[in-house]
Amino acid sequence: MRLALLFSVFVVASCGLAYELIAAALASYVLGDSVTQFSTIIGTYLFAMGVGSWASKFIVRSLAVRFIQIEIAVGLIGGFSAMLLFLAFAYDAGPFRLLLYGLVFVTGALVGLEIPLIMRILKDEVTFKDLVAQVLSVDYLGALAVSILFPLALAPHLGLMRSGLLFGLMNVGVALWAMRVFGSALGRAPYLRAQGVLALLLLAAGIASAERLTALAESAMYADRIIHAESTPYQRIVITRWRDDIRLHLNGNLQFSSRDEYRYHEALVHPALAALPGAQRVLILGGGDGLAAREVLKYRQVASITLVDLDRRMTELFRDNRLLAALNAGALADPRLAIVNRDALAWLEQSDAMFDLVIVDLPDPSNHALGKLYSSAFYRLLGKHVAARGLVVVQATSPFYARRSFWTVVATLEDAGFVTAPYHAYVPSFGEWGYIIAGRAPFVPAPAFPVPTRFLTPATQRLMFDFPADMARIPAEVNRLNNQALTRTFEDEWRRAIR
Amino acid sequence: MNPARRALLAAAASGCFASCEFRDGAPQPAGALLGTDMALGHALRDGTLPAPTEERRIGAAIVGAGIGGLSAAWQLARQGETDVAVFELEDAAGGNARHGENAVSPYPLGAHYLPLPASEAVSVRELLADLGVLAGDPHAPLPRYDERHLVHAPQERLYKDGLWHDGLLPRAGAGARAIAQIERFDALVAALKARRDGDGRRLFASPSLLAGRHADSDALAATSMDQWMRDNGFDAPLLTWHVDYACRDDFGARPAQVSAWAGLHYFACRDGVAADADPHNVLTWPEGNGHLVRRLVGWLRDRGVPPIRTGAPCIRLATARGGAVLDIYHAAERRSVRYRAARVIWAAPAFALARVWENAPPAFAALARSIDVSPWLTANLTLASLPEDAGPAPLAWDNVLFDSPALGYVVATHQRMRVAPGPTVLTYYWPLADLDPAAGRARLAAAPWQAWAAPILDELARPHPGLRRQLQRLDLWRWPHAMPRPVPGFRAAPVRAALAALDGPLLFAHSDLSGMPLFEEAHWAGVRAARRLLGGAGVSAPTPAARTGGRRPR
Ligand SMILES: Cc1cc2nc3c(=O)[nH]c(=O)nc-3n(C[C@H](O)[C@H](O)[C@H](O)COP(=O)(O)OP(=O)(O)OC[C@H]3O[C@@H](n4cnc5c(N)ncnc54)[C@H](O)[C@@H]3O)c2cc1C
Repeated sequence: MRLALLFSVFVVASCGLAYELIAAALASYVLGDSVTQFSTIIGTYLFAMGVGSWASKFIVRSLAVRFIQIEIAVGLIGGFSAMLLFLAFAYDAGPFRLLLYGLVFVTGALVGLEIPLIMRILKDEVTFKDLVAQVLSVDYLGALAVSILFPLALAPHLGLMRSGLLFGLMNVGVALWAMRVFGSALGRAPYLRAQGVLALLLLAAGIASAERLTALAESAMYADRIIHAESTPYQRIVITRWRDDIRLHLNGNLQFSSRDEYRYHEALVHPALAALPGAQRVLILGGGDGLAAREVLKYRQVASITLVDLDRRMTELFRDNRLLAALNAGALADPRLAIVNRDALAWLEQSDAMFDLVIVDLPDPSNHALGKLYSSAFYRLLGKHVAARGLVVVQATSPFYARRSFWTVVATLEDAGFVTAPYHAYVPSFGEWGYIIAGRAPFVPAPAFPVPTRFLTPATQRLMFDFPADMARIPAEVNRLNNQALTRTFEDEWRRAIR
Repeated sequence: MNPARRALLAAAASGCFASCEFRDGAPQPAGALLGTDMALGHALRDGTLPAPTEERRIGAAIVGAGIGGLSAAWQLARQGETDVAVFELEDAAGGNARHGENAVSPYPLGAHYLPLPASEAVSVRELLADLGVLAGDPHAPLPRYDERHLVHAPQERLYKDGLWHDGLLPRAGAGARAIAQIERFDALVAALKARRDGDGRRLFASPSLLAGRHADSDALAATSMDQWMRDNGFDAPLLTWHVDYACRDDFGARPAQVSAWAGLHYFACRDGVAADADPHNVLTWPEGNGHLVRRLVGWLRDRGVPPIRTGAPCIRLATARGGAVLDIYHAAERRSVRYRAARVIWAAPAFALARVWENAPPAFAALARSIDVSPWLTANLTLASLPEDAGPAPLAWDNVLFDSPALGYVVATHQRMRVAPGPTVLTYYWPLADLDPAAGRARLAAAPWQAWAAPILDELARPHPGLRRQLQRLDLWRWPHAMPRPVPGFRAAPVRAALAALDGPLLFAHSDLSGMPLFEEAHWAGVRAARRLLGGAGVSAPTPAARTGGRRPR
């Protein structure tokens, strides 16, 4: 019995560590930021083990039966946790993190119960000195075995889901074996064997269908769900897909949804460009997804587009990935377009190129660095690159959710010497969105759009320049480098909007 | 949970931790121990430089290309006088406003900011307009500055009690008594800021030579700042620290070593305003005031002033009725040239003048030596990325350390017009205020790089435990004779009158003139000397003529 139990300690320890590694690996896989995921999961797990060890003192009778039941429970919960998490994430279960930490905690607590129980079961057979030495050393050996096996063999060959189930089977196997070892010592425990067998069958079925489930979940996640994720020096790019909806997230913020991005980009490009029939030179700042460029390329008179986007990986991705390039109709590979991967500010300072239209499609002013791209100094600098009759159009957050922020951008453009024409459009994924056309003279919208559009019509355009009472202009401070008024306002307003 | 198991789990779970960790005993960062040219300075003192081999005749000469000398040249050129030879000891212009540069960024070595020029500092605004820092009319009641040169938000933060706080006087947790004292202090300063003498001149003007005279300010000048604080019952630690910080920031000395007039001047002179900035804003650049130096040098070149001769100390000076004779050692040519100039503007420290002025009045050397001079050390730390810390206040331009022998650091890339966070250079300011100035200079001359680098890194590890991991270089710059110390009684000290009285062939244009080591002071000393040289009036206050003075159509 002693050797048998020591062996089960070994198995139990390996299973415990395995569940933890699987959860952490999975979390880093889908959420990114592995340092955070590993450390928070290890922390939660160790803490839960502590809770379990402490709680073990409340189990006073039928130790062996409880031990076996705990084994079965760990086997089931731990074994299925990877699968549950995969499916939860794949199907957009909102509280993924809650489920993650919940599962880690429960597994940890159960594993924490095991060792004290085993030690108590064995305490009459072995002297305390040997007991501690043997149980703990075997415990660590188990952990060591898995920590080596996991990255080398299990994760790469079996995958996370099947590795999890396999360890679940081992836990339940220990339980069934323990039933035989304890034999009559178990006393009356009528359904124990049935529970064990049921768990075994469930896990086995899980493994059998893991191939299909993995395919299902992983296709939901990796083929259909996350089709690309990478961290560049500047941001984390995640591209997801759900049926025909492709979405780009930068640092966790939605940039577009392929279902309605045409609304955003038509509204960004056409009012200004349609009003500039002579426009030949277009500058796009930001917009590395090529979607604004796609709209600009519809105009035959445009001879050249310069697209300045900081992140080379973004423009490469949207030029070279077939699916993504299809979204922008191959705009980034168009001979009329030149990509410059530089800091927009640095490039504007050093270039002396002039443009008929400048499209400013930069990230929202959510920090001080980005706030510089919405400052009066920035717009003055921009002004030096705009031809006499040229225009600038700026995406300027939501006049509904971030009303003062929007009008701050208007006030700032005016301070920099522009005459502004603010407008807005409804983009379902974003809500009501704001834009500003800025020029040297009052803006006159074109009576018609010379290129095909899905969203815009002359009648829609007329409405866009009208601001209903709840978005109408309010007094706002000019955003200067030396006050960064916008970043503060923007943070406050969005914090309130999403609560 | 036993620790062995914890460690095992952690190690097993994340190979990353082990390889990311940079343990101490890490390789020492690269760096150099630099500073003002001590070898040349000592050779000059010991008189071991060669005698002149040639003689030349020139119009006006300016000795020293710090802010004083460059401002004198600017004022002369503005009034049409470009026949000026500027001689500088160091290998670059700028003096205390010099800057350095590496692949990451230009960075200051010394002076790094300018408050919004005060109401009296008319010529500072004219200069800033000429250099394009002030946009539009420098005489406008609310001048507009080029926003890029105003310090970008967030301006400053303070590291105190393990956290970074916004601003330098965080009220949160300060306690009612401290807040009451701060408010009383602010009210006193506001009153002093507005006080004027019978002629309508402010008592705390900037430049200080334009200040009004009054028995009250004479009394303040005679006592120490420390004494004044005690006399007024100011003892809240936050406030006394702040005043101590201000004295070290401006003068490199503690409140006990600084006249109350000077200590209060820091707060009470600043009445500058701007159309596009609040009054606390300051002007700054990646390379600190080195930016103004660079622009000034370019402006002078564009105006046809001959290039500044660097590596060219004045090693002997003799004055006579009709002019002056200067021996200049040209380090690059390893020889000296004798220049006969009609007039000389001495824009280097008074102690340096005493060394070379052969026929100085008998008492002059002793007077010049009576000026206490504060030594400083600055460190430039090149980092692979912006420093990380626990917040909550985000990285600012000026990052001040509470209760530290040093002031803190400024971030060179803060003013950059860039979005992407990247590598940066921090400039760490350490006035050696706790040593006797001579002992400070001795230590600067003797102590090796490590002796400075280690305490600096320790001090910075408090707010930034991970800094060493990001550190690529640590360069030190020694300023043995950084700045005159406005000690109690400095305004009435005989040396002030002696320097102010220099007129004729030799004029004085260094911040030693007023004894206040500030940009506006050095600048005014230069402008004043230039106007005297040209025989103009208006050297005690800006006249209408000076206001429009000499601006050529572009
Ligand atoms: C670390 C530090 C930080 C500072 N920060 C600020 C700040 O932020 N804001 C501010 O307003 N002020 C600051 N100051 C004060 C600064 O001293 C003044 O602003 C101003 O730059 C002083 O200019 P100056 O022309 O009077 O003197 P200096 O800068 O001392 O110029 C004198 C010049 O004369 C040269 N020279 C000396 N002897 C000879 C010789 N024999 N022949 C030829 N040339 C010679 C020197 O090399 C030097 O270039 C700081 C000073 C230091 C040291």
